[in-house]
Amino acid sequence: MSSNPNSPAPALKEWPLWEVFVRSKQGLEHKHCGSLHASDAQHALQMARDVYTRRQEGVSIWVVPSATIAASDPGDKGEFFEPAADKIYRHPTFYDIPDEVGHM
Amino acid sequence: MYTQSFNVPDTSDDTKSAGLKAVARPPTEAETALQARFDAKVDADEKVEPKDWMPEAYRKTLVRQISQHAHSEIVGMLPEGNWISRAPSLKRKAILIAKVQDEGGHGLYLYSAAETLGTSRDQMLDALHSGKAKYSSIFNYPTLNWADVGVVGWLVDGAAIMNQIPLCRCSYGPYARAMIRVCKEESFHQRQGYEALLVMMRGTAEQRAMVQDAVNRFWWKCLAMFGPPDNDSPHSAQGMRWGIKRISNDDLRQKFIDATVPQAKVLGVTLPDPDLRWNEERQHYDHGAIDWDEFWATVNGNGPCNKERLATRVKAHNDGQWVRDAAMAHARKQQQRTLQEAA
Repeated sequence: MSSNPNSPAPALKEWPLWEVFVRSKQGLEHKHCGSLHASDAQHALQMARDVYTRRQEGVSIWVVPSATIAASDPGDKGEFFEPAADKIYRHPTFYDIPDEVGHM
Repeated sequence: MYTQSFNVPDTSDDTKSAGLKAVARPPTEAETALQARFDAKVDADEKVEPKDWMPEAYRKTLVRQISQHAHSEIVGMLPEGNWISRAPSLKRKAILIAKVQDEGGHGLYLYSAAETLGTSRDQMLDALHSGKAKYSSIFNYPTLNWADVGVVGWLVDGAAIMNQIPLCRCSYGPYARAMIRVCKEESFHQRQGYEALLVMMRGTAEQRAMVQDAVNRFWWKCLAMFGPPDNDSPHSAQGMRWGIKRISNDDLRQKFIDATVPQAKVLGVTLPDPDLRWNEERQHYDHGAIDWDEFWATVNGNGPCNKERLATRVKAHNDGQWVRDAAMAHARKQQQRTLQEAA
């Protein structure tokens, strides 16, 4: 796959793959809900509406070309997330405070 | 509305296994460690995700099962689609269109889930259209009249729900998530069918006879959809070990029968099995023998509608080729225009 944005896309046989994110309600974040094939972004949005929101599941949709998503490697999960594991002082439960002080 | 909880080897697999096979080399130390980690994950009921290491046989089994499931949803649109233009009222027509559209949607969720395993949409469609891939046999029977449409909703989708609920807990994340979505939508399919039949049962003697006739024709085929008996399902144990299959074919079939008998009573139809009776000791319904010869004949391509279904599906795909080409051409033109403006 060409990553140079200035070179014309090679003629594809299959519609490219898009990841679909749906905001279920005003005020909530967009959440990944699946993927689909479509010829371009506008087409992907219309397809996403028909495939993923047939029962008012959304008020807003994002579509992102699947090929542009960078993901962490599950094999590196240990090293990648380890630095946070031993910093228990980041949690409020780490601190012992008299009960009458209460929570803010 | 897929309901075959077993998965039938596709023709391509048969030819491969019949040919020469490379001798498997013993696994390396690294592979043994990966396998151990995979087994531990499945045992702990954690989900396997697309980029995680997985045994090749697990990947292959899932590609086959998920794509067969997707094909079943797509082909499943045909028997009911036949009745959209002949639905008895505008209300029933709108309901049926919505249901058939759902089936198409279910097929798309499932194809996407299968694609995360490294197969392409084109490969899967080719396998379906060339007859290599299987789909649920129930769709190789005709829907002869409007009562059949109701019975397909009640019994076929009812059986589908029984089969699909355990799949929501499947060890492969994308498949499990697709199944949760499907199950949420499937309940409407079953209820609309049952309600359509209730209306007919309140009608004339002729309408009631139509319902009974449809039940007679579909009942045994629905029972067969749960797959061969447990002692005749060689791959079940492996599927259970991998967390793909959660409940055995016979147990699911029993669950379906136990749930359906009271529904038939409310509806006022009899189920065409003289051996069907409550077993106080087992606390389940006993049932008569299923005709597995007919089932396998249909699976192997000799059901009443196999050829017609596949031909209709292939025609629809070919007739849509110009739309797919035009969409690609439009996208290319738009992209070139954007590039020119930027230059």
